[in-house]
Amino acid sequence: MPKREDIRSILILGSGPIVIGQACEFDYSGTQALKALREEGYRTILVNSNPATIMTDPELADRTYIEPLTPEWVERILERERPDALLPTMGGQTALNLAMELHRRGVLAHYGVELIGANARSIEMAENREAFALAMRRIGLAVPHGGFARSLDEALAIVEEVGYPAIIRPSFTLGGTGGGIAYNLEEFRNQVKRGLEASPISEVLIDRSVIGWKEFELEVVRDGADNVIVVCSIENFDPMGVHTGDSITVAPAQTLSDVEYQQMRDAAIAIMREVGVEAGGCNIQFAVNPADGEMLVVEMNPRVSRSSALASKATGFPIARVGAKLAVGYRLDELPNDITRTTPASFEPVLDYVVVKIPRFAFEKFPEADPVLGVQMKSVGETMAIGRTFRSAWQKGFRGLEIGRSGWVVGRDLREDGLEAADPESLLAALRRPTPERPFQLKRALEAGLSLEDLHEATGIDPWFLDQLRRIVETEGWYRTLPEVTPQALRHMKREGFSDRQLADLRGEGEEEVRDRRRRWGIRATYNVVDTCAGEFPAATPYFYSSYEDENEAQPLEGPKVVILGSGPNRIGQGIEFDYCCVQAVRGLQEAGFRTIMVNSNPETVSTDFDVADRLYFEPLTVEDVLEIIHLEQPLGVIVQLGGQTPLKLARPLAEAGVPILGTSVEAIDRAEDRERFAEVCRRVGATIPAHGVAATVAAAREVAGRIGYPVLVRPSYVLGGRAMRIVYDEQGLEEYFHEAVRASPDHPVLIDRFVEDAFEADVDALSDGREVVIGGIMQHIEDAGVHSGDSACVLPPYLLTATEMDAMRALTRQFALELGVVGLLNVQFAIRDGVIYVLEVNPRASRTVPFVGKATGVPLARLAARVMAGESVDRLGIPRDPRVPGVAVKEAVFPFNRFEVDVLLGPEMRSTGEVMGIDESFGMAFAKASAAAGNALPEGGGTLVVSVNDRDKPTVTPIVRRFYDLGFTILATRGTHEHLTRLGIPAQRIFKVGEGRPDIVDRIVSGEVQLLINTPLGKKSQYDDYAMRRAAITYRVPYLTTMSAASAACDAIIALRSRAHQVRSLQERLAGVALP
Amino acid sequence: MTYHANPARLLLEDGRSFLGTALGAPGVALGEVVFNTSMTGYQEILTDPSYTGQIVVMTYPMVGNYGVNSRDGESERPQVSGFVVREASRMFSSWRGEATLDEYLRNHGVVAMAGVDTRALTRHIRSRGAMRGAIAPADLPEEELLERVLAHPPMEGLDLACGVSTPRPYGLSAVGEERFHVLAYDFGVKARSPRILAEMGCRVTVLPADTPLEVILQEKADGLFVSNGPGDPAAVERAEGAILALSARGVPVFGICLGHQLIARAFGGKTYKLPFGHHGGNHPVKRLESGTVEITAQNHGFAVAMDEGSRIAGAPELRLTHVNLYDGTVEGLAHRTRPVFSVQYHPEAAPGPHDSLYLFRQFLQLMEACRP
Repeated sequence: MPKREDIRSILILGSGPIVIGQACEFDYSGTQALKALREEGYRTILVNSNPATIMTDPELADRTYIEPLTPEWVERILERERPDALLPTMGGQTALNLAMELHRRGVLAHYGVELIGANARSIEMAENREAFALAMRRIGLAVPHGGFARSLDEALAIVEEVGYPAIIRPSFTLGGTGGGIAYNLEEFRNQVKRGLEASPISEVLIDRSVIGWKEFELEVVRDGADNVIVVCSIENFDPMGVHTGDSITVAPAQTLSDVEYQQMRDAAIAIMREVGVEAGGCNIQFAVNPADGEMLVVEMNPRVSRSSALASKATGFPIARVGAKLAVGYRLDELPNDITRTTPASFEPVLDYVVVKIPRFAFEKFPEADPVLGVQMKSVGETMAIGRTFRSAWQKGFRGLEIGRSGWVVGRDLREDGLEAADPESLLAALRRPTPERPFQLKRALEAGLSLEDLHEATGIDPWFLDQLRRIVETEGWYRTLPEVTPQALRHMKREGFSDRQLADLRGEGEEEVRDRRRRWGIRATYNVVDTCAGEFPAATPYFYSSYEDENEAQPLEGPKVVILGSGPNRIGQGIEFDYCCVQAVRGLQEAGFRTIMVNSNPETVSTDFDVADRLYFEPLTVEDVLEIIHLEQPLGVIVQLGGQTPLKLARPLAEAGVPILGTSVEAIDRAEDRERFAEVCRRVGATIPAHGVAATVAAAREVAGRIGYPVLVRPSYVLGGRAMRIVYDEQGLEEYFHEAVRASPDHPVLIDRFVEDAFEADVDALSDGREVVIGGIMQHIEDAGVHSGDSACVLPPYLLTATEMDAMRALTRQFALELGVVGLLNVQFAIRDGVIYVLEVNPRASRTVPFVGKATGVPLARLAARVMAGESVDRLGIPRDPRVPGVAVKEAVFPFNRFEVDVLLGPEMRSTGEVMGIDESFGMAFAKASAAAGNALPEGGGTLVVSVNDRDKPTVTPIVRRFYDLGFTILATRGTHEHLTRLGIPAQRIFKVGEGRPDIVDRIVSGEVQLLINTPLGKKSQYDDYAMRRAAITYRVPYLTTMSAASAACDAIIALRSRAHQVRSLQERLAGVALP
Repeated sequence: MTYHANPARLLLEDGRSFLGTALGAPGVALGEVVFNTSMTGYQEILTDPSYTGQIVVMTYPMVGNYGVNSRDGESERPQVSGFVVREASRMFSSWRGEATLDEYLRNHGVVAMAGVDTRALTRHIRSRGAMRGAIAPADLPEEELLERVLAHPPMEGLDLACGVSTPRPYGLSAVGEERFHVLAYDFGVKARSPRILAEMGCRVTVLPADTPLEVILQEKADGLFVSNGPGDPAAVERAEGAILALSARGVPVFGICLGHQLIARAFGGKTYKLPFGHHGGNHPVKRLESGTVEITAQNHGFAVAMDEGSRIAGAPELRLTHVNLYDGTVEGLAHRTRPVFSVQYHPEAAPGPHDSLYLFRQFLQLMEACRP
């Protein structure tokens, strides 16, 4: 069946902001889908609120709507664009739920839009656990026994039969939000309540506990002619009980015999047919009892997923691309295998390597959160490693995780590995609770000689994996005690996957020493191809991983070429924005006639799609791994300033090894990062910086802070995302900081800056070739100074800065660029108070806001920067000097507070995972859109506003509350705020805080009587009742505002929502200056 | 640790040599070196009689993870001449496992090797074609070994099927009610095929490859199954008479792999040697009748020739039913008038996907339709 001719235009839903459970993988799948559909000649319409994505690049779709992913806003787009079809399977759970909501409301039928890829009936059957359980029974497959409950009483009846531990899974939530494991009645009651609240249909599934069973996933693709293939099998290292997103996973499955694997494959095919997935990819999870092989179907996702992105990268089979083609009618055998190009896509990839995926966590950002892993996903990113053996991939994976370990090595002390003591009982006790440190605890346990049986009993991890780990420990012991290192021994260790750094540490040598010896002996990395067919056919696609085998398959790429270093696993402070920049750089360099080589280890990303750069090395971003690639390829140079801190950290060692760094010099980076040298730079350009100092000890810090005056902003040197950054108000706070948050040392001192209170902040992104400077955009933060720039909402163009202030910032930015000799991107952060402009930071690299600026102004800064780095001048590129924004763009941050039981107050430590953009003609409407897109839709219709603010904010809040009152809101206020408001004549009613009497604020929130909450903390440490109130707001989805400026903006937004038309407009139209009809 | 273990060498007839460590039984193994891309099912592969005379290289690097057992063999013992892996697991983890791969190979005297860069080896065979080779201790002089490799007979013209066939007939009774009686001509049959027929209600009589035609004609049978097996089909002449005689009487004939090639030859078709054969579990095969694609298990070095018009060359009575989507080779055929059909691949799987089990049902339907 060739492609369908009866549809001409297709709308694709993206997945919105990056949140835990939904990350770059949907930018990857959506981008593939857009490319796949456009090359077939369909008109494509994209909706996504996330400006940091590649897919929202205006070139990728015919119409790109950066609008909220809510039924109301998407309906406006459907009304305007009238697409023939909607593809709901590329944007994760967000897109699937949204498509179903549009279907249920009759919107799709009204506008004559057909769902393609998956129909409503199949989605319903796969997503509704009850319907799915019934479907499985029809085809003779078992699901973990249990039942559905819509109330606590129903749940209690079910658990009587199921017994403990029991698993609670809310229906229709993302990444297991609200789920849990209960070991006793009390936990069960709590978790059922939470689960019912989390589920949009107030339903939870109580599962039979299969904790400790083996967990597998199959990635399955079906076409419209009922051809079904299994693209990849995945085995979880961590058994059932740990969410698959938080598990270390391995492809292909390692411990299934063919008999068992085929049984699973048969089941997967039967499930695809029964659920009736029409055309596209699905992910099916199985639990297998290790004692007798009993197999249960855990769940299926009728869409592309994180696992399918992983499977695509692990096999070279582009599931989303193929899925999009199947959705418009093609059959698998009509599509080519893009890697071999001579064989069709109707086959099952075979691997001749092992893939290990390791999740990356961010508990250091949420110290109060529970780090025990369970059925609710908590990781924020992941890295993937490919090796010829499990052990070499495993080592590479830990290298690629970028957590300061040179492979699978234990921490410097027990605490780093989450341990109190190292005796066998303590080790086993720790191992029973899965945490991010468990792999390192396992190593300590193996080194202590604990048996595989004990370790298996404690962790449920398959003995085969444990034996592989034991082999690594044995190999280390062997190498450590060799009388001398021979070339054969060294080659053996490299083949086993050890890094030079690890080998150096094993024998008390220096890393350089090991590297020099290795090179002298001619032991270099070889590269093998990911080819989908285990070498059976020649591969046309250049997708490589390193090994130490007999034969190297990678011949250096011909022509002038540039290496771009990616950003590694996502983490808070470094995510999709930098992948966007790297992909843009590939485009820019290709336009300029260069060939591009991408190095990255993040399987979710667009940059690791094998058809983005001319060549892809799927490798960890370490000095050793990058140097081996450089040695082979001998590029013109390396770009380090687009991938965030990861490549930036490599700049100096690479330069010292003689690698040409393109763009801004390492010296200039150092001048901007080193606080002392930076102060000198500021003196030279005449910029004002807050009083500051550096301290390596608490005594020195006391001295510095005493001199410059409190409050002070303290942070370790060389960090991104405000890691361990804090505002300290007094000496006691300073001492606490030194004891709890950092380990300062002469090499790693703490930076201390005077904190400029009550200031506005602004960010400038600029591009320079060392002679000319282009200001990309000036963004004004909505939150006050003190909130990390990544967490603050911001607006472009600024609405509260004067022309003089903006000119001054432009001038300073130019001077910094020229003084530092910036070639490429530059980001400057300013604080403005009482007309004085302070410079907070100068970062000679891509900033997190580069994609936002690019979408708002239409100037692709990162792409142009890459060309400038490769030698072109700003003049020649013809970039407008001060790009105009067609309208007002607001960026809003999105936080993982629904995942972690932590306080929601913002501070200098970045905690947001993603961002959204709202763009419209007015600030109010743009802010309203951004709020809606961030899942914080403001109450347009009015209702009850609860106000509880500290004394400092009381004067500021008064006019804001008055505006809300004028808008018809009922005002409830806590005692102090209430007194203040009534004294000033604003009619407000008193509401109890927690502990003052019932019903209190939390009761009112729970019973749905509150539509908006304004709350600022009452002191340095928030009181428990404030915390309970903000948590209740999160749980019950009540929009909350924790700063005065945000409260004021919300007021503007509600006015705009009421007074202006709710219009949508594509980026293409905006940027072309097309007026609305 | 593999690093210290006994060094071994794989030497190919074109002089290319690969170093690794000895696995399984000590000694020298000679045979045609072929690679298999299956990621699971090494025990079924080791015991598949079609691998007689061949040294099998597994492209998947980690082998032996789930051990071996007494249930997954496709015959009584390993049939390969030698076995080459990147790495053999020193332990196994599976509730079904009974022994490690190394123990199993040693107990059955199979000479094998680990630690080989099997990807480089696979790429070499892919570009140069399957060729003879030897596994030997590394200290054996290379020239001496090369002489032995070159003295080893090449696969073309070898009748290996008779060597692996059952010496005397044996029967499998039908599971449940007996619906049919099937004669299975054993040229190296995998255990799974007769077992599937039995499970579907057939009493199966497995006959040695050298069973005289008269004996076959005396048996009262509803159908003839012509099995898979090793070697060059051109060297196996015994089946022809039975295929022609029984099908002429209206008795359905179903062939797999070597059996398929023998059926083609019986009606005038020709066979030839593929460059490096098909060995794996992921080849797409198109069923022309429905246009659907099956993912198939494959293990053959020879194929039935097709002419320019996509017809079975030299056999106008036969028509093409299945085609390989990788290289366009013949994967299935049927007689235009007689109840005869066959496939080149392995619908019985073991190891491999179960997409093609329908062919056994088709055989039963044919027997039902042709019942006198």
